[in-house]
Amino acid sequence: MTVLAESNIPFPPGVEDFYLPSLFGGGNWVTKFTLMVWLAVAVLIVFFLMAYRDPKLVPTRIQWMAESVYGFVRTGIAEDMIGHAGLRFAPYLTTLFSFLLLTNIFGIIPFIQISPNSHIAFPAALAVLSYLIFNWVGVRKHGFAKYMRNSLIPPAPWFILPILVPIEFFSTFIVRPFTLAVRLFANMFAGHVILLVFTLGGFVLLGAENVLVKPVSLISWVMAIALTFLEALVALLQAYVFVVLTSSYVQGALADEH
Amino acid sequence: MLDLAAVNGSLSAIGYGLAAIGPAIGIGLVFSAYIQSTARQPESSRMTLPYVWVGFALIEALALLGIAFGFVFK
Repeated sequence: MTVLAESNIPFPPGVEDFYLPSLFGGGNWVTKFTLMVWLAVAVLIVFFLMAYRDPKLVPTRIQWMAESVYGFVRTGIAEDMIGHAGLRFAPYLTTLFSFLLLTNIFGIIPFIQISPNSHIAFPAALAVLSYLIFNWVGVRKHGFAKYMRNSLIPPAPWFILPILVPIEFFSTFIVRPFTLAVRLFANMFAGHVILLVFTLGGFVLLGAENVLVKPVSLISWVMAIALTFLEALVALLQAYVFVVLTSSYVQGALADEH
Repeated sequence: MLDLAAVNGSLSAIGYGLAAIGPAIGIGLVFSAYIQSTARQPESSRMTLPYVWVGFALIEALALLGIAFGFVFK
């Protein structure tokens, strides 16, 4: 590849492609990511306000869209995973789902083409929020001591508990928020890198010295288009997985027995 | 000595590829078990779904630890 990459395209894409320049100069306080997150928040607020400003018995198109999203999360996730007690979490889960879906799908929208979630800070903040919520509802329902006993001490013979309790602690209180954040981040990061590899790789192949190599760039771009569709699927799936796992953790915190 | 072929870049990419084999098989097993059990007993699909997601999360944690340690053990 080094022989081919004689052009000035920065070919093997790397981590530095994710550090976008500041928009207004002077520190990195306002970058494209900042704008994208605010844009996502604004779009969601306007969308749901407009959809429910004047609700009709026979829903209008925008009302139908908003109701489908809410209904999907409410019955498909909150009620299925947590049960009847999960309905009061439906608003939060819907907000989380639509925010994640919108910010993930930014990764393939033309001219935006990068997801804010490909920086660990944004998934980490959302994962910390989920972590606080499931611990908070668990402590609220059972009290601190009983919640700890429920989540740390599985029903097992006493002599195995010295091994199980640290494992349970590690998996519940350390691994959970970490994996929530890293799963979303890694998927969005890898997706962006893959699209960069095939799009820039096409240009590198086109700029190759060998005439027979040049047409291969078409294959590269066809792959880039196909992988864009895959990214759309991944964006939806990762938003779904994040919300499902959050509700699964809430369900575990609310459960009476281990 | 003349280098006929050379590889440069990070070895942790190869290491992560190897490390991802285990979780890949594990996730395949989780969902294949879920699909089989749902095919045999369709009404149990709601009941087993939470376990599917918990198992999936635990297994994928291994792959994600692999990513993290790839950066740690440079």
